[in-house]
Amino acid sequence: MARSLPGFLAQIVAVALICCSFAAAASIFQPISDSHRSAALEIFDRSFGSLEETYEALRTFDVLGLERKPDVGTTACQSVSQTLASSSSNLKDIFYALKVNGVLKCELDAESVEGTVSTFQTAVGSASSLLEFYHSIGGLVLVKDQALKGDLFLADAEGAFRSIKALSQSDGRWRYSSSNPESSTHAAGLALEALAGVISLSSSEIDQSLIGTTKNDILKLFEQAEKYDDGTVYFDEEEIDAHESQGPLTSTWSVVRGITSFAAVTSGNLNLPGEKVLGLAKFFLGVGIPGGAKDFFNQVDSLACLESNRQVLSWNDSLCLIAIPLILSLPATVNSLTRKDALKVKVSTVLGSDAPPLMVKLVRAKDTPAIESQELKFDSENKVHVLETLKKSVDVGKYIFVFEIVFHDPEHKKVYAVESKAEVPIFLTGAVKVGNAEIAVLDSDLGSTETQKNLDFAGENLVSLSANHLQKLRLRFQLTTPLGHPFKPHQAILKLTHGSKVDHIFVVGSTGKQFEIILDFLGLVEKFYYLSGKYEIQLTVGDAVMENSFFKVIGHLDLDLPEAPEKAPRPPVQPVDAYSRFGPKAEIAHIFRAPEKRPPQELSLTFLGLTVLPLLGFIIGLLRLGVNLKNFPSAAAPALFAALFHLGIGAVLLLYVLFWLKLDLFTTLKILGFLGVFLLFVGHRTLSHLASTTSKVKSA
Amino acid sequence: MGRSSTVKETQALFQSLRSAYAATPNNLKIIDVFVGFAVLTAIIQVVYMAVVGSFPFNSFLSGVLSCIGTAVLAVCLRIQVNKDNKEFKDVAPERAFADFILCNLVLHLVIMNFMG
Repeated sequence: MARSLPGFLAQIVAVALICCSFAAAASIFQPISDSHRSAALEIFDRSFGSLEETYEALRTFDVLGLERKPDVGTTACQSVSQTLASSSSNLKDIFYALKVNGVLKCELDAESVEGTVSTFQTAVGSASSLLEFYHSIGGLVLVKDQALKGDLFLADAEGAFRSIKALSQSDGRWRYSSSNPESSTHAAGLALEALAGVISLSSSEIDQSLIGTTKNDILKLFEQAEKYDDGTVYFDEEEIDAHESQGPLTSTWSVVRGITSFAAVTSGNLNLPGEKVLGLAKFFLGVGIPGGAKDFFNQVDSLACLESNRQVLSWNDSLCLIAIPLILSLPATVNSLTRKDALKVKVSTVLGSDAPPLMVKLVRAKDTPAIESQELKFDSENKVHVLETLKKSVDVGKYIFVFEIVFHDPEHKKVYAVESKAEVPIFLTGAVKVGNAEIAVLDSDLGSTETQKNLDFAGENLVSLSANHLQKLRLRFQLTTPLGHPFKPHQAILKLTHGSKVDHIFVVGSTGKQFEIILDFLGLVEKFYYLSGKYEIQLTVGDAVMENSFFKVIGHLDLDLPEAPEKAPRPPVQPVDAYSRFGPKAEIAHIFRAPEKRPPQELSLTFLGLTVLPLLGFIIGLLRLGVNLKNFPSAAAPALFAALFHLGIGAVLLLYVLFWLKLDLFTTLKILGFLGVFLLFVGHRTLSHLASTTSKVKSA
Repeated sequence: MGRSSTVKETQALFQSLRSAYAATPNNLKIIDVFVGFAVLTAIIQVVYMAVVGSFPFNSFLSGVLSCIGTAVLAVCLRIQVNKDNKEFKDVAPERAFADFILCNLVLHLVIMNFMG
């Protein structure tokens, strides 16, 4: 069926918004799926620093059934052997090395195993903190489970049990050590796992009263659990900065591991209500696809513990200690009536495996009496329960369906935990008929129609109208659902846009089926800022359940409004095209002063030559006059001074030439100062000598 | 008739000037030649400016004024050195010459600065 793209997008957005808004009241949890697996491949696709990280990655891949890279296995096995063989490894490293070995099943030599076992046994004997107990007892349990050494027992199991139990608090939490007063839920989980390990390693029966008090501790711990409205249950720390607190995901994971391992080694009922177990499963599934490696591991490992709980029991033993949660999920919550989609419901375990034989019943729809109770048929090929046909009287809209799960074998009720009444929001979408659409221009005084045009929203023709400020514009149409009932959409909006991009938005009101809007231009003149001209008319009708939501341009309206008076409000400034304001401006062409015309070089050189001519003339004139140097003093000292005098003048002239060529005034003046003083002195001597000579001649 | 007499008179005038000039002492003649040289150089510079235009006007001015200034200082020297001049009888010619040299050096410093 042809759909307009904007309508389709609007529908998707609306559905997404509505799914979010319904999250608080009635949520849908999806079990682990292939998107989890592909995300895991991406997140764990890196080299691992420590054995702890390696173990997390390997365990996650194992649970999800993914293939790991071959070189990861060999490097990890090498690291495991090294850690076990080395005498300087601490308890935590050996513990994780054994965990990795549990997944990879490497070849280990017996000597290092013996050494490890003895390390652990001594550690149990001398342990004082919870983590020491946890790592050493956990290590011994791993050795036993992996059948690396036969006949492994704890020397003083009851003593170890009591020591661990001594660290417990009255509210069900545990402390990390006797010296540290802080208690945490994370520690409680570790302690329970350690206690379970002690029980499995003891050669004789542990005192039943101790086990009984531990079971009470577990129940008290569950009273501390946090809850959400939709039944999600999780554990968080009281003090945020407590030692090793890494968030609710880690704390809840630790508790889940603790209770499942404890339940596996004890007999008798734990009396944990099924809703709490289901709540824990909802918490982990509610995380969705985690972003980090540690969160991913915590989620997947906990869900695996909750699910594989049953593998510990033999089928003869009908006592189930912790219920196995089953999740009811819907692959699609939006069903189209036009396509006659069938409603599909899936019931599976948290990891996506099959549920035992059961029947899903649609009990009712909240607030809608039209939908009656019916059973869903099981499609064994696709493993889904299908609601074949909703009765013909169900219309488009949002509903909340209530489902119930009924087991074929009543014994399974004790084994599995399911929601008593699962509430699921469902959208039934369909095509809404738009009919009897017409647009008209009315004369306001007489109410008579000047122009009236029928609109066809399916087609592409645009209408063209013209009106002045004394007239009114009327738009009418009807909306009906597929079953013929009146339909009120979320949006029915009319927009008029002027050529200068100034727009005005009006909501179309309705009575029953009929939608009508009348725009009286007389009253709207000021709102339209007195802008006359061509207005584009656009109508938007949309709703989440309407498959054919649309917004389209109906046509154009030539509006004639009177002139704006002086004090009229101006239309709002439209946003300027950012590029035109902030973009690059036009290139500026600078106009420089044209350089002066210089004469050709030959002319300049000619005149230079001409300038020299008078000098030559001067020299020739001097010669003609009979110039001589007879008056130059002959005696040594005066001669020297005379020579220096001439040299001094020459030096000053040379200085002037240098000044013109490259020196600056200050340097010149400085040198001139020295030369001037020298010249004065020398000149005075010479000229006074000459003067005395002439006066002697005169007097003589 | 009048023309030939005018010509004759001018000729006679020139003759008398030449003979009178020949009587001047040699050192004054040297100064005269020097003045002539300076003025001639100035004239050639002005003619050049008339031909090519006065674009670096400061250079033109400094060139012309250097010549004219030198000429003026030389004339002052001539006045002071001339023995027939009663006003400057007390000033020794060497003193006048020293003044001449000093003023020339100052003038040429300014000219060099202004020429650019």
